[in-house]
Amino acid sequence: MAEQRVQWFKFASPPNFYDLAGRLAPWFGGLAAILFVVGLYIGFILAPPDYQQGNSYRIMFIHVPTAWMSMFLYVLMAVYAAIGLIWRVKTAEVMAKAIAPTGAMFAFLCLWSGALWGKPTWGTYWVWDARLTSQLILLFLYLGYMALHAAIEDRQRAANASAILALAGVVNVPIIYFSVVWWNTLHQGASVTVTSAPTMETVMFAALLVMTFACWMYAIAVVLWRARLELLERERRAAWVLERMGEKA
Amino acid sequence: MNGLATALITLLRRDLILALRRRQDALVVLGFFVVVVSLFPLGVGPDPQLLRSMAPGVLWVSALLATMLSLERLFSDDFRDGSLEQILLAPQPLSLLVGSKILAHWLITGLPLVLISPLLGMQLGLDGTEILTLMAALLLGTPILSLVGAIGAALTLGLRGGGVLISLLILPLYVPALVLGAGAVDAVMYGSSAQAHLSLMAALLILTLLLAPWAIAAALRIMLD
Amino acid sequence: MSHAAHVVFPAHRLDVEGLVAERGERLLIQGLGFSLAGGELLQVAGRNGAGKTTLLRILCGLSRPLEGRICWDSVPVQHLEDGPAAHLAYLGHTNALKDELSGEENLRIQSALQGRRVGRDEAWEVLGRMGLGGHEDLPVKFLSQGQKRRVALARLLLVRRPLWILDEPFAALDVQVIEVLRSALEAHLAANGMIILTTHQAVPIKGRQRTLTLGKAA
Repeated sequence: MAEQRVQWFKFASPPNFYDLAGRLAPWFGGLAAILFVVGLYIGFILAPPDYQQGNSYRIMFIHVPTAWMSMFLYVLMAVYAAIGLIWRVKTAEVMAKAIAPTGAMFAFLCLWSGALWGKPTWGTYWVWDARLTSQLILLFLYLGYMALHAAIEDRQRAANASAILALAGVVNVPIIYFSVVWWNTLHQGASVTVTSAPTMETVMFAALLVMTFACWMYAIAVVLWRARLELLERERRAAWVLERMGEKA
Repeated sequence: MNGLATALITLLRRDLILALRRRQDALVVLGFFVVVVSLFPLGVGPDPQLLRSMAPGVLWVSALLATMLSLERLFSDDFRDGSLEQILLAPQPLSLLVGSKILAHWLITGLPLVLISPLLGMQLGLDGTEILTLMAALLLGTPILSLVGAIGAALTLGLRGGGVLISLLILPLYVPALVLGAGAVDAVMYGSSAQAHLSLMAALLILTLLLAPWAIAAALRIMLD
Repeated sequence: MSHAAHVVFPAHRLDVEGLVAERGERLLIQGLGFSLAGGELLQVAGRNGAGKTTLLRILCGLSRPLEGRICWDSVPVQHLEDGPAAHLAYLGHTNALKDELSGEENLRIQSALQGRRVGRDEAWEVLGRMGLGGHEDLPVKFLSQGQKRRVALARLLLVRRPLWILDEPFAALDVQVIEVLRSALEAHLAANGMIILTTHQAVPIKGRQRTLTLGKAA
């Protein structure tokens, strides 16, 4: 047990994290590319058209994984932020900051694909459907987090302050979600929800699963890269940075 | 009376006295609320049926914006003149002292909104029970707005453009209060009971009361570090 | 002016060990340590940006050091029963006064916040000692800069804390107020109090004192 803890702290130390992330990121990136190709192949070529929605349902293979990712990533961001705030682990602070843009991108993709799916299904790009609305608010939460981070000059203070915001947000996300769902049912919202997939066949499910994994791999690769760069900037006066930069020069 | 109670009452009294001697601050917020609500009919037309059905949403959104407007000054005056440092140094728990300040903020800005809301409700064509529901919802909801908003006010302390930033940070967090508050009046309007909405709003208020002061205290310590 | 030091503080000790602090990613203080006993004054010197204010804020518990320990009577300050600052009074660059309130109101509110209730008479007495007789119930915004500083100094006397931490207390004061402050500091030391201050001006103060210069290595 004690040994394990030591190992974890070793991984969390900036130079070790930097090296390890540098080695791992390309693998995750490569894996993401392969899974995207496979997933798109299954979803767009192997899977049969839906008897009700025709081909338009295939947007689901983008829409659903991005929706999941944006929510997972927000929670993950808050977890890292909490670790950084409570135990003052610099690597965790950097990870939280690095996750935000990717999470926001997924939320945006989810909204966009939702709009594209809405046009053939409802005949309009935007419907105040519960899930789309809560995704929109999630996007606002991401934007607020990034804006606060950017507004505070001192990096340590920026990390701590945005951690508080992320925690306030993560407590609120389920409340927001349920209140929006409730609001929607009371106001007789759209009768077809975007994410209610047509009767799911195995091949569709497989495509969905592969696409979700692809998104995860992509997220990990990009976040690790971004965290590496952020760490370099924050530690630019530290010996380990100078040492590594010297090697490359 | 022990030291903690003395300190809490002192801080509450101080903020109330300051608000009395600078009355225009609170009045501006109230005026903003009234003006925004009065602009809606000019924007959407005078059709009474339309105005009536929009009234809950209009009143709540205006209340959110009015609260937003008052938040920037919640801590920034104390921050600028150094009083906030002294509050942080006090031997009492910061989260409770912060609670005192927020109670003062609510009494100065939240409560007047509740009290003037019947007038605006009537203007938009709400009837008696609807107005009572509106007041009850605002009474439970405006403290939530002050508490959650204070987190944003603390986090943007001393930042350039803090006022605009608060809105981006805090308005998404206001969604549950907005949905429940406007929903309560809607429910009465469509002939059902607002009890579920109001109970949930009360639960939300209790949750916020438990968590927000802690977050505000932490945010203040971070921003003054 | 009377040295109305009717309080004499029991023997206290402040110990600082291995303090490391940074500001905006710049390491300002590295491995700093000192001890202070009752009746002693520590003057923190150093050029601008050497970390004087940072050090004072850390000693108050407003800022967190990266490493190091601050002990009051051998107890780490974060474990003190009444919080990390209940033994000290801090005067920063700002006076922490509310413009709309009178000197008396400011003092009584501040003292109550710091856990000591002060009556009207006591507040007036201290304001009088600071040379503000006749201005007690005037809103502070009508006072001059020097007079405001005097009200802030009166706060130090009222809260009766053994350790005073003062950031540039002599800055922008006229000769007369410097004299008032000097005698207040001497009275505090005579009452077995401790003082840590930063200053650019050389003001002779009677009592045991030392100087700590920051940023010598840099």
